[in-house]
Amino acid sequence: MSHTIHNDNDRLQLLGALGASAVDDLFSAIPETLLLRRLDLDPGLPESETREKVEDLAAANRPSGPLSFLGAGCYRHYVPAAVSALTSRGEFLTAYTPYQPEASQGTLQSIFEFQTCVSELTGLEVANASLYDGPSALAEAAFMALRLTGRDELLVSAGVHPEALQVVETYAEGPELTVLRQALDPVSGTTSTKTLQLSTATGAVLVSQPNCLGVVEDLTPLAEAAHAVGALLVVSTDLATLGILESPGMLGADIAVGDAQVFGNAPSFGGPSVGFLACRMEHLRQVPGRLVGRTLDADGRPCYTLTLQAREQHIRRAKATSNICSNQALGALAATIHLALLGPVGLRELGEICLQRAHHLHGLLCEIPGVRPLVTGPFFLEFALALPCAAEAFAQAMRTQGIDPGVPLLRMERGARPVFDPDLSAGRDEPPPPPTVPAENVLLVAVTESNPPDALARYAAAAREVLAGTEPRPQGTR
Amino acid sequence: MMTVSGGESLIFEKGIPGHRGSHLPTAGVPAADPAVLLPGVPLREEPPSLPEVAEPQVVRHYTRLSRLNYCVDTGFYPLGSCTMKYNPKLNEEMSALPGFAALHPYQTEDQVQGVLRLMYELEQALLTITGMERASLQPSAGAQGELAGILMIKAYHRDNDGTGRDTVIVPDSAHGTNLASAAMAGYRVVEIPSSPRGLIDLSTLRRHLSERTAAIMLTNPNTLGLFEEDILEISRLIHEAGALCYYDGANLNAILGKARPGDMGMDVVHLNLHKTFSTPHGGGGPGAGPVAVGPTLEPYLPMPLVRPVQGEGVFTLDYDRPFSIGRVKGFFGNVGVMIRAFTYILSVGSDGLTRAGEDAVLAANYLRARLCDLYSVPHDGPCMHEFVISATQQAERGGTARDIAKRLLDFGIHPPTVYFPLTVREALMVEPTETEDLHTLDRFVDVMRQIDGEITNDPETVREAPHHTPVRRPDETLAARHPVLRWQKPRSDEFSEPVSG
Repeated sequence: MSHTIHNDNDRLQLLGALGASAVDDLFSAIPETLLLRRLDLDPGLPESETREKVEDLAAANRPSGPLSFLGAGCYRHYVPAAVSALTSRGEFLTAYTPYQPEASQGTLQSIFEFQTCVSELTGLEVANASLYDGPSALAEAAFMALRLTGRDELLVSAGVHPEALQVVETYAEGPELTVLRQALDPVSGTTSTKTLQLSTATGAVLVSQPNCLGVVEDLTPLAEAAHAVGALLVVSTDLATLGILESPGMLGADIAVGDAQVFGNAPSFGGPSVGFLACRMEHLRQVPGRLVGRTLDADGRPCYTLTLQAREQHIRRAKATSNICSNQALGALAATIHLALLGPVGLRELGEICLQRAHHLHGLLCEIPGVRPLVTGPFFLEFALALPCAAEAFAQAMRTQGIDPGVPLLRMERGARPVFDPDLSAGRDEPPPPPTVPAENVLLVAVTESNPPDALARYAAAAREVLAGTEPRPQGTR
Repeated sequence: MMTVSGGESLIFEKGIPGHRGSHLPTAGVPAADPAVLLPGVPLREEPPSLPEVAEPQVVRHYTRLSRLNYCVDTGFYPLGSCTMKYNPKLNEEMSALPGFAALHPYQTEDQVQGVLRLMYELEQALLTITGMERASLQPSAGAQGELAGILMIKAYHRDNDGTGRDTVIVPDSAHGTNLASAAMAGYRVVEIPSSPRGLIDLSTLRRHLSERTAAIMLTNPNTLGLFEEDILEISRLIHEAGALCYYDGANLNAILGKARPGDMGMDVVHLNLHKTFSTPHGGGGPGAGPVAVGPTLEPYLPMPLVRPVQGEGVFTLDYDRPFSIGRVKGFFGNVGVMIRAFTYILSVGSDGLTRAGEDAVLAANYLRARLCDLYSVPHDGPCMHEFVISATQQAERGGTARDIAKRLLDFGIHPPTVYFPLTVREALMVEPTETEDLHTLDRFVDVMRQIDGEITNDPETVREAPHHTPVRRPDETLAARHPVLRWQKPRSDEFSEPVSG
């Protein structure tokens, strides 16, 4: 099936108007040697058969459900039906970037509302119209902080998600920045502040709140330490926790980023999600990406428009604050609608449910012989367990009972740097104390309102069964 | 798009204290105070000022907002370099299938074989279409594909004694992202002037090539809608100078099934699935910007890649890529967008893709031929999928390209891209795509002719356009001088509107 709509008659008419005899005449600028005889793909299919083929591929997957406790940067929250009913409207879905404000007030106003939500939750005055995802937003925030400080060194906590660190390091190859890493305290699991590798070269300190082990960081001393050397604190945060936790802005963060996937957006195998970035008003001119502002139209009516575009690539070209053009507007709309449905009370309740269920499951699991918390720091909806066996083997055994018990630490670290990196003893940091649990035994468990109480009970019962008779492995090095 | 007088109030202004649109389950576990569960952790004291509205009000609010938008589903969108083709509805249903949408990125590979196969087959199709060797689907959008591509080029030069290569060449007709991406990758950017024919000038190019050249970034057909006839000579010169060729795939729709960047000697190509492969623009995103490479850059692709396991009929994520530039995005890319593009390619197939390119070019040439007597066309010869006209004659009579654009909105037509490329004064860049019928094309011509007449007879109407849109021209200066970027909860006094002047 083709979505081209002209028939041969139409084509003859179009060609006739051009005085051309064949469509190939229009391609005469392409050198003969480059012309393709035939595109070597299968012929098209009717819609019914296309559907069948794609549905077969979908059926070959085992989507996650209430018995999935996977998180590690992508969280399964319940999405109210109203969200997709609204975001699937063609008026939002098939609109272009709102460069023509007179014909784009719907998109523009929804982005203004998104900016307000992100600003409210992060406790920072300005939020942009979205970035690609959490990790790239962190990289953009790092670049922004270095422009603001005029420095070229980053200090990244080992509690930043390994994939996000990887994105920061990839982006850092461009301007050839120095990326230092700050170890986690092996007992508490929080970013160690005792030996912070800060100097007057440090432009930004990057931490995650909660961090990639689920631990809630103590942001205030980090902010104070960063500010003491003239650096900025960049915090990657989970909006779903911010109905309960104090906002990063109130705790001294200069820039907050993260992934608004947690609201309104299905996991979708990790994308598309919704990066966001918020900062203080004084740093407005260095914000990457689009911003929507309120103004008045020619008749004096309030309206919305893209503003401060002189920061952006289509105006400033090589001197833009970022190369970003397309962002994640539709995902930002979904997040906004979800937040509007939740409201302040719903957001708090959502946080409480996640928090209480996660702590309940944590308690049940830690009663099982051989299972203990990896670290002692406070956690919100995700926690790291030290198991008496390899986490992958445990996960595999749990899967036979239909349970995805969490993300083994090594799975999150695939192709990336380990969270407890022995290399962190190099450089200016002091060597971390030797770890007591092999990394392969560490499991990250995430609990949301999508995991009902009976799923928690089933998880605990199955885990007890699976782990029964598992002898603790000899304690080696991570 | 409906005409309403005045805008819609903000969702924040519609609330009634205590209202809510979503009811959550009870925790169902022993209750505990957050302060107890989070000892020593600072907790929020003031609730955030989120909307307090019930579901019907939320649905009405966003439905009403949606009706203030123009979109492909309601009208013609001849927006140059953006390829605003029709977005087939089947694609939406397929990407929303729970078998895809509910997949978590950290599920084990045996649970996600269907999506891995889809990603692999999509990659293969894109390689066939582009003539490249291997692709990463990870980049989130075209600009991120560009950054990935340029970082690969940088890594290649680093490994091949090319650290002195600090310059990327772009033609002056290039998209802004090209320059911004090269700069973000740490390169000096040199813009070279186009020839009077609107193409890359070989002698100018030769003059700028040196041992400092890392790459050229080009779009072919270029942003004037012209095919770079000397493309083979260009890539030969670039390679002879030890540099590499970057191909911006924004305009690939023109040459689908006709010519391939790989055959042109391109080393790296990004594609915009949201342009060429029919996925919706979503009011600015999400898109997807896969990046495809030839053999030179294959080792440097972002990781992981999806590859078949030999002889087992299954697919795996390959992290064993020691030369990879790393990641540009968390997880595997905008998979939801990939599913739509895959569905599109499957449904239109080889013939449909080729026909899409042909019909897009045919439609553009038709519009160009029918407009060229009134609007000046800066470059001769047939165009590809888009063309640029210059409204200089109209501007002399008092109607600029911007005015024409705004007046088009009154007729229910989205304007072409204006004031781009920068090489043409009063530029209007028109890309009709292959999915508009003859009536739509003819109506556009009629309206463009009518507006030209109005500029002579009734210039005020054009200069003050639009008149029939939900709002009229915004005061951009006010927006920039007094930035109001979020709603503020009114204190006891009221919400203060920005003041004009």
